[in-house]
Amino acid sequence: MRQESPAGDLRLANLTKRFGALTAVDDVDLTVPQGSFFALLGPSGCGKTTTLRMVAGLEEPTSGQVLLGDRDITRLRPYQRPVNTVFQSYALFPHLDVAENVAFGLRRRGIRTVDEQVRRMLSLVRLDGHDRRRPAQLSGGQQQRVALARALVNHPQVLLLDEPLGALDLTLRRRMQLELKRIQTEVGITFVHVTHDQEEAMTMADTVAVMNAGRIEQLGAPADSYEFPATAFVATFLGRSNLLAAEAAGRVGADVPVTAHGARFSLPADRARSDRGAVYLGVRPEKLHLAGSADQVPHGHQHLDGVVTDASNVGVSTQYLIRTGWGGELAAFAANNGLGRRFPVGASVLAHWDPRHAFLLPREPGAADRSAGLRDEPTPVSS
Amino acid sequence: MSPVTTSARRRLLPYLLVLPGAAWLGVFFVVPLLQLGAASLYDPTGSLSTGYALTWAFGNYPAVLQAYWPQLARSFGYAAAALALALLLGYPLAYAIARKAGRWKNLLLVCVVAPMFTSFLVRTLAWKTILSDHGWLVGLLRDVHLLGPNGRLLATPVAVVLGLTYNFLPLLVLPLYASLERLDHRLLEAAGDLYASGVQTFRRVTLPLSMPGLIAGTLLFFIPATGDYINAELLGSPNEYMVGNVIDSAFLVRLDYPQGAALSFLLMAAILAVVVGYLRRAGTDEVWR
Repeated sequence: MRQESPAGDLRLANLTKRFGALTAVDDVDLTVPQGSFFALLGPSGCGKTTTLRMVAGLEEPTSGQVLLGDRDITRLRPYQRPVNTVFQSYALFPHLDVAENVAFGLRRRGIRTVDEQVRRMLSLVRLDGHDRRRPAQLSGGQQQRVALARALVNHPQVLLLDEPLGALDLTLRRRMQLELKRIQTEVGITFVHVTHDQEEAMTMADTVAVMNAGRIEQLGAPADSYEFPATAFVATFLGRSNLLAAEAAGRVGADVPVTAHGARFSLPADRARSDRGAVYLGVRPEKLHLAGSADQVPHGHQHLDGVVTDASNVGVSTQYLIRTGWGGELAAFAANNGLGRRFPVGASVLAHWDPRHAFLLPREPGAADRSAGLRDEPTPVSS
Repeated sequence: MSPVTTSARRRLLPYLLVLPGAAWLGVFFVVPLLQLGAASLYDPTGSLSTGYALTWAFGNYPAVLQAYWPQLARSFGYAAAALALALLLGYPLAYAIARKAGRWKNLLLVCVVAPMFTSFLVRTLAWKTILSDHGWLVGLLRDVHLLGPNGRLLATPVAVVLGLTYNFLPLLVLPLYASLERLDHRLLEAAGDLYASGVQTFRRVTLPLSMPGLIAGTLLFFIPATGDYINAELLGSPNEYMVGNVIDSAFLVRLDYPQGAALSFLLMAAILAVVVGYLRRAGTDEVWR
């Protein structure tokens, strides 16, 4: 078939999709290099699945293009594209057994010798010996792997994964993440993975595009985006962040001084996405440390005063909530490595950080602090 | 109440629930069926006035088969032709209602069922008017030379097949609609994603997944159509008579009970054989590879 195409980068050019008055995907422009593991990360309704469906051909763009290498596939029917999808619901054919589900794409393209390829693919996803089972007789994890095998066996140029692990329980999900990563490395096909789970995106992907309200807010290696987020949305969706509403007045030398709630701080200019006007001063909770007194704050760190209002031990770390002098709330995670001191609820503390770990983001004028401690996370309930 | 009697009641409950229905079927189906079976073995020389004797006259069966095999064959032929026509009309109709009709779905379903609100006889009589030699349809067909100047529709096999198709079409469409309506559109998307064109998606996914409805619908259509005699009576002539007409006349006109009963049993056996053969073939999914 079309296996000889040289440059198979997937490129979305000014891709837009409107449903009536709603703009689901808003002028998305990105390139997914051939052979990479790319994650589209965002909350539900951000347009990530619509983007994926436009690549698959299941949704027609309002404007813009989908290119594979230098071939424009925007108007091709789904069955004319060298692209396959692992659907969120798996969409396995209930009337066909596992082997026939996997063989479906090969047979439709008129390939006669399918048995060997099907067998090899089932062993790649570790389902040897299940070929005569019906989808209904398989567990969720097994169905997921059949869906993966059914798409991969066609050797698509791009494999699209639409939240394929969403229906699995946590343990199985973690295992399948590693499995998917192994398979991607083994087959070398471009994977585009849609998910709302930031940990999943960070574990698997080479590149993560964080999407919000139809737009890409940041695109890059997951560690880079985590260390230096581009927007307040990325800072709070990709991991958690303490964001202090602050004002900046331009850089002074190599630093940017800011004022937040009456206190003065500063950070290196290369850590600032914006250095003038309304900004957020951001610090990740694990980079915010606690000290009992000023002499325990390392040299070069900046600090502010607060009171511990909550301390919950989650095993690997203790998560503190600190009430600041102006009534704000900060989250600080301290590793339970036996080195640091523990602080009881009610203790007066100094929260301090290395300015090189802080970052400065643009802020809507008037927007208030955003605390990493106020996010809805499932918390263990003690009875 | 002691736990023993409670559990005893629980064990009895299923039987109590079955009892009324079973009694009904026993009195109004099994007993008449046995009666009919006995009648088919009566001495054929008897009559209503002289009385019948149960002489285990198995010879009744070859006798009626020899006398009326053309009507029996015609029953199956007409029903099969009507079924083919009904499938051509009904499958696209059910598909359109189930998957494309949007908010018109319920209205269209009512339209399918609405003819059932009027009597079978009245509907067939209406067809007699439509197909009559001086009706507009025959006139139109003569004008466009699809019929010769003396060609007619009434009292031809075509009229009987058309009548059967019309009268039993809803029985085919409704179960088919139900199974097409349940079909998950994501499976169709998946088929498209896996290189199946529209035609291939239909052949490999839609059609096999609508099989339960298709099987139910064809059986609901075929069984009453084979045994029908109203259509042949009103739209056909004695040349189009089906086995139902013969049974009708044996019981009500000629009063030859052994003959009517034997024919009834033959028809039943033949339908049963066709249905079992059909289910054997259609029920296996290896057909859909």
